[in-house]
Amino acid sequence: MKPVAIIGAGPAGIRAAQTLVAHGVYPILLDEAARGGGQIYRQQPANFKRSPAKLYGFEAHKASALHQTFDALREQLDYRPDTLVWNAEAGLLDTLHEGRVARVEYASVIVATGATDRILPAPGWTLPGVYSLGAAQIALKFQGCAIGERVVFAGSGPLLYLVAYQYARAGAKVLAVLDSSPLSAQARALPGLLAQPATLAKGLYYRAWLTSHGIAVHQGASLSRIDGERRVQSLKWRNAKGEQALDCDAVAFAHGLRSETQLADLLGCEFSWSHLNRAWLPQRDPAGRSSVPGVYLAGDGAGIMGADAAEIAGERAALALLEDLGYLVDPQRCAQLEQSLERIGRFRQGLERAFVLPTDWAAHAADDLMICRCEEVSAGEIRQVVGEGHWEINRVKAHCRVGMGRCQGRMCGAAAAEIIASESGRPVGEIGRMRAQAPVKPLPFGLEIEP
Amino acid sequence: MIEVDVVIIGGGIVGASAALFLSKAGRRVALLERDFCGSHSSGVNYGGVRRQGRPLSQLPLSQRAHEIWSQLPQLIGIDGEYQRSGHLKLARSPDDLRALHDYAANSQGFGLDLQLLDRDQLRARFPWVGAVAVGASLCPDDGHANPRLVSPAFAQAARRHGAQVFEQCAVSHVEHDGQRFGVRTETGLVLQAPWLLNCAGAWASHFAGQFGEAVPMHAGHPAMLVTEPLPLVMDASTGVEGGGIYARQVARGNCVLGGGQGFALDDARARPGQNAVIDILRQAVELYPFLEGAQAIRTWSGTEGYLPDRQPVIGHSSTQPGLLHAFGFAGAGFQIGPAVGQALTEIICCGASKTSLDAFSITRFHSISVA
Repeated sequence: MKPVAIIGAGPAGIRAAQTLVAHGVYPILLDEAARGGGQIYRQQPANFKRSPAKLYGFEAHKASALHQTFDALREQLDYRPDTLVWNAEAGLLDTLHEGRVARVEYASVIVATGATDRILPAPGWTLPGVYSLGAAQIALKFQGCAIGERVVFAGSGPLLYLVAYQYARAGAKVLAVLDSSPLSAQARALPGLLAQPATLAKGLYYRAWLTSHGIAVHQGASLSRIDGERRVQSLKWRNAKGEQALDCDAVAFAHGLRSETQLADLLGCEFSWSHLNRAWLPQRDPAGRSSVPGVYLAGDGAGIMGADAAEIAGERAALALLEDLGYLVDPQRCAQLEQSLERIGRFRQGLERAFVLPTDWAAHAADDLMICRCEEVSAGEIRQVVGEGHWEINRVKAHCRVGMGRCQGRMCGAAAAEIIASESGRPVGEIGRMRAQAPVKPLPFGLEIEP
Repeated sequence: MIEVDVVIIGGGIVGASAALFLSKAGRRVALLERDFCGSHSSGVNYGGVRRQGRPLSQLPLSQRAHEIWSQLPQLIGIDGEYQRSGHLKLARSPDDLRALHDYAANSQGFGLDLQLLDRDQLRARFPWVGAVAVGASLCPDDGHANPRLVSPAFAQAARRHGAQVFEQCAVSHVEHDGQRFGVRTETGLVLQAPWLLNCAGAWASHFAGQFGEAVPMHAGHPAMLVTEPLPLVMDASTGVEGGGIYARQVARGNCVLGGGQGFALDDARARPGQNAVIDILRQAVELYPFLEGAQAIRTWSGTEGYLPDRQPVIGHSSTQPGLLHAFGFAGAGFQIGPAVGQALTEIICCGASKTSLDAFSITRFHSISVA
């Protein structure tokens, strides 16, 4: 019989694997990273010796629990680290491991591909010294490196305060946190946020900690531009009071997270527009079944809900898979998991209200602002194509190359969509969805084939 | 109700160039495209603008197209990244080289000016070609262009000359009432015209069938991929005698490679598939060693119509006066497309094409039963 495969060894993938193993299934777990844990609970290199408390803060017990679960599972599954799934076809996954390609057949697959930062560029964002929030966090968590000595954090989303806090704790000089969400939005969001009081409390704690340590936190503040000769030297930001300048040597910015959906797309999953995520997401039922039989979705790769939800969704998707294969599963457990997901979902709605995406970003983006750094396409070039009558995002891509480069739109797609929508006068959900094409990440010439 | 002189089904390069030339000739034209103009084969093909290697019967039309391509910016308003880089057809064996010599001899007089290169000449002139090639045939004035830009631009140019272009407008019904065609679309348009052009690419047999002359067409899905930008190395578009990988490098530095067949996802969408992609990634380094270690960043495919003899159908319907066909270009319609649009225009405006289309008559399939 063909095996069950899981793509991604983050919180969702590991809990899914644990659930499958508990039912006597021997799954294949494919992960791009060298060690399990995903991005949020990414493990440091084997020879690094920082404590979990130091690496993961409040989440240390969750991280340790997940890592321990995973270590205990190692002999009971076919774990393939350092393995990129670069293509998917019905019943087959194409992998790349140390320069060799191979093909994995599967009967069912759980897609737990996680998320990356959502980037709304500001002038100067391609200068050395500018990172996404997630990347800044990984540098610290994985290698114990800071992106700079005098760092500014900007954008919005829960990561903003968390990463600023982690940097300050690690000894970096955090010059300011520029939160583009106005305070009023966060007050309005409070009822929703109360659905997860503990998480809310952590968020408030990070901010309070920053303030009490003399770190400036500005609300309703947006990054106007980043300047520097050969790398970041200063930036300008503005709020209702006007524009201000700051000297710094590094900037980390993002506006929340975006789901990594290319594999779900290549697997043929139906997508629908999510107002909450402001993104096209693969459809899933409350248990995690996609529109394609045998394909299950869990974690942030199918909609941003965070690590706790990912663990729950991973287990729930695995139970759905088992159920569909004819295994007996505990219906009470399933209902419990779905209830938990629903509760987190309400909190997530609150978060989105608290950290609103600056929907006027596109209108204010200057024509010379670089949107697609791989293909060097500016906002003005995108607008010109829209001006020629194109509004469908794949058509705009065909005409000006936005999203056609190395990242395949993973970094620039969200911003390009905002520009196209704004310029064509259409809602961003009505300009089509940028289609994914293999390879999900670059593939080298001259590769070897696994016999 | 839209009354025009000509309704064209299909906004690929053939239909769009017909729309352009007919509009320029003063005809009222409606161009109906199910998706977006130039979004299928015409827009996602390799981008070869090549006469070399075509069947001799296509060369007169292809030579006409060559003249049209030389006027591209004047015609469609953009250069479409068109460059006459030369087209280099590589031979990997003495037999293949002999085949190139035979083709050069047989195509004398069609204006291709082929230059045959032995191993040393090939090395001296194109040092980036791998040792696996034993010789080549160069067509100096062939080249390549960006199909994503060129094909939609033909439709845009037609619109500027007065053609009514309807995108996302699938045809739901076609009939002829004895005097004129009636065409209805899924979007609720009703059109009438004395002429109907079937330029529906891989989907054209469906319309031919409605007039009782279905043809044995099948769909092909060429596998294509593109690299990240690389230092400029390739100063010619290339192909291989006997089939295999074809490759070109665009001004930005990306190398576009094709070879092998993908598979259909559904009636309209296709993907290269793993096997074809890996074949290209492995074989390409033999032909083009500089690609070793380069990264492929994107793959794609399309849906192209093939007839059993790999020749197109171009010209009059044998069952319905006023109906003209132009489809089945077997993955080689991009270069020749504009000349086909011009020939169709001549049929409508002058009664006959200046270039003979006899080899492409639909009647050649009448004795073949359609599977």
